[in-house]
Amino acid sequence: MSEARKEIMGRIREALKTPSPKPHLKGQSSKVTGKAWLPEVGDTHAETMGLLSDNLAKLKASFHPVENLDQAIALVKDLAQKKNWKNIAYHKNDLVTPVALAIDGNAWAVDDSFSKDKLEAADVGLTSCVSIVAQFGAILVSSETSGGRGLSILPPVHVVIAKADQVVPDLAACFEQINLQFGGKMPSMLSFITGPSRTGDIERILVLGAHGPKELYLILVR
Amino acid sequence: MSDSKSIFIKEATLTSADGEQRQFIRTALGGYYKNRDIYQARYRDWELARDAASLAKWSAVNNLAEVLEKFVAKFEANGGKVHWARDAAEARKIILDLVAKANATAVIKSKCMTTEEIHLNDALEKAGFGVVESDLGEFIQQLRGEAPYHFVFPCMHLKREAISELFTKHLGTAPTDSPEELTMIARRHLRKLYITADVGITGANFLVADTGQISITENEGNARLTAAMPRVHIALSGIEKVINTIDDLTVLLPMLATAGAGQPMTCYNTLYAGPKKPGELDGPEEFHLVLLDNARTQILADPEQRDSLHCIRCGACLNVCPIFKNIGGHAYGTTYQGPIGSVITPHLRGLKDWNHLSGASSLCGACTDACPVRIDLHHHLLQNRRNAAKVVPNLFDRVFHGSFNFVIQRPALFSLGGKVFRKTFGLLKHLPLPYLGTWLKSRDLPAIPQKSFREVWKDSKNV
Amino acid sequence: MRVSLFIPCFIDQLTPQVGLATAKVLKKLGQEIEFNSSQTCCGQPSYNSGQWEIAKEGAIRSLEVFKDAEVVVGPSGSCVAMMKKFYPELLHGTKYEAEAKRLSQRTFEFSDFIVSQLKITDVGATLNKKVTYHDGCHALRELRLKEEPRKLLRAVKGLELIETEEAESCCGFGGLFAVKFPMISTAMVQVKAGALARTGADYIVSSDPSCLLQIGGWLSREGKVIRPLHIAELLAMGIDDV
Repeated sequence: MSEARKEIMGRIREALKTPSPKPHLKGQSSKVTGKAWLPEVGDTHAETMGLLSDNLAKLKASFHPVENLDQAIALVKDLAQKKNWKNIAYHKNDLVTPVALAIDGNAWAVDDSFSKDKLEAADVGLTSCVSIVAQFGAILVSSETSGGRGLSILPPVHVVIAKADQVVPDLAACFEQINLQFGGKMPSMLSFITGPSRTGDIERILVLGAHGPKELYLILVR
Repeated sequence: MSDSKSIFIKEATLTSADGEQRQFIRTALGGYYKNRDIYQARYRDWELARDAASLAKWSAVNNLAEVLEKFVAKFEANGGKVHWARDAAEARKIILDLVAKANATAVIKSKCMTTEEIHLNDALEKAGFGVVESDLGEFIQQLRGEAPYHFVFPCMHLKREAISELFTKHLGTAPTDSPEELTMIARRHLRKLYITADVGITGANFLVADTGQISITENEGNARLTAAMPRVHIALSGIEKVINTIDDLTVLLPMLATAGAGQPMTCYNTLYAGPKKPGELDGPEEFHLVLLDNARTQILADPEQRDSLHCIRCGACLNVCPIFKNIGGHAYGTTYQGPIGSVITPHLRGLKDWNHLSGASSLCGACTDACPVRIDLHHHLLQNRRNAAKVVPNLFDRVFHGSFNFVIQRPALFSLGGKVFRKTFGLLKHLPLPYLGTWLKSRDLPAIPQKSFREVWKDSKNV
Repeated sequence: MRVSLFIPCFIDQLTPQVGLATAKVLKKLGQEIEFNSSQTCCGQPSYNSGQWEIAKEGAIRSLEVFKDAEVVVGPSGSCVAMMKKFYPELLHGTKYEAEAKRLSQRTFEFSDFIVSQLKITDVGATLNKKVTYHDGCHALRELRLKEEPRKLLRAVKGLELIETEEAESCCGFGGLFAVKFPMISTAMVQVKAGALARTGADYIVSSDPSCLLQIGGWLSREGKVIRPLHIAELLAMGIDDV
């Protein structure tokens, strides 16, 4: 053990010999869990989906619920044409691959031959995700589900293709699922994406696309 | 008077007289208030959520040794390497050594106040390593050679014209009055740097003990890029950032965003568990975490103010603070501005030189009400005043309050003193008396009454 | 009830009319009023300056002054907060702690006493004026009084209450802060009083006379017409008009 570690730990143990009282709380409970106090998520599936849709709209993310994969393919093809997406970077996945390959452009699976420079030149990144949190409109991606760390952040557009049953009502349920799914073996990166990249650093005026994607699409296949 | 105090007085005198700049700051914060209120209102119970957030931090801070040990074991099991720094110098040395060992030619940084606290950029530059701040606000401040104005909104004091001029001067870009275009200039400029940098340096908002992850909160995506592209990722964090479980983030992540920026959740909340794993496509080969004490254990040793280590650096206390809004962030001369800065700076840098910050408060308590983790901020300012009176005796204060107490212990003397004051006020107001003279420089007193309340009461025995 | 008046030192010497109005309103509401003239200052200036040992002497003295009082009512959120909230903390761990707690439980700010203890909101006042309300920070955040004064104001016949966005902002008084950091204090009152003046109200009403000293002092220096008025004065005035 390093000297510094020993010394800091010693200081901590010494400092904590004097206990400090619990903070002044409004509630009486000694063990308070946060989830009960966070924003409402609705009682029914329809309400949860409505909430997700509202949240994504407020975040200026583009939300497209579709009936099946064919609709997803048609939708993204159309978007690609309108937006002139030519260099398509994607992560191989049952939902993502057919969509990426259908686009009229150069589809490149990052899984095959990763290159930072090539990723930087991509017009759009296509990924799947772990889950979607309706309560906040947050999309959880991981280094496993989303083609590493860069694919969901470096290209100027991020398109997420997911299944409707990946929607969880609230953050608490999402963490519960993370614990179950990954247990002691977390992917090296888990990231909640809550709307397209943004900044308010100049006069607190909102600008999208600070460093990450300027546009974020969520295509949800029923 | 300490240097830091005389600088504070000088700066605050200038900035508090700048009505236009003060209005600019209030206008900039207007949108924050509006959104904060909207998103707080969506909570089923914001006050009970504060309880939960406060307890999450309290239980970690009050078991810091165990929780840290647990975190470190998990972090290293995930493949990361932990380094311990007793103070700023040690932290700088660790980071410089890591950067040198990586044969780094370029270093990119995402926003991290702890690196400001240890003056990392200066040290890197002196050692010959170019370092570029990637957060837009920090990038702008770095170009200006100026410290952040607000630890969450680093350049909120600047008008777009000033930023445009700055970019023209340093980046050779055409002038523009569009915040959007200014943002895109920075975006274009920094993009290649993420790819070419060998080392990425970030901070950490939370260290999650049960999973060994570090959690980073941001809006721009620059921290994501900083931790994705370079070969080596170095994170610097205070030891107090540790929390017990990943579930604690259920309440901490949204509250950090809502209290700090008026958002439901910030754009990116990212958990890192080790470097690139076998089978993963990208990410750093090495992941280092530097855990910094730098007087945090001194705060820990003060049970009365230990809760100031609960701080999640959301900046809510600054945003509501009338002192901050009227003197601005630079006047403080500290890494951490506003109420939390005034509470912890005397611990970090010495009560003797920094106790004036505790005095420079009307103790209005808006900060305490705004704090999502219930730090008793304004009462800590009061306690710092008490501590300062013991540690740094102020003769004037002692004589003044001693005399005042002598008078108020004697009702007849108090009554007489009041009478003399009232009868001679016409003369006194022209004298350069301490306190009274200062008051009268910018404010009147009401018409001085002939009789005090007690005299009228005694006369009438009734009303 | 037998109400023992707690008249803070600067009300006693500078704005006695606030004390008289307090007595008048409480009397109108059927209370028996007493004033112990051995009271002076609660010790808050020393407490806020970090001179806690000196402040303790002031606190101990107040415990003695009010030891036989049935209830103590003061027309100042700030000074009442000192007695009600800070005395028990200041005297914590001393032999005076229990007495400090006993005083704390019997001490009330003027509007709080009427609304929460007497359960009265309409004191029977009429006043055809427009007013705006300033929340003193101690009343608002230490005593958590927000609705109490407003209930009293809304019940005054003919009165129009105009709220301002800056209602909860600090006026910048802060006791000796006002003269130790006058430039910050003045900037704060500029923001606060400026917003209050823009409401176009006839009076700025507050339960805290020290804030009114600051706000009124600045408004007077700036030559503004809007006048500061303590809530007790306003109610007393409204009772007169009946």
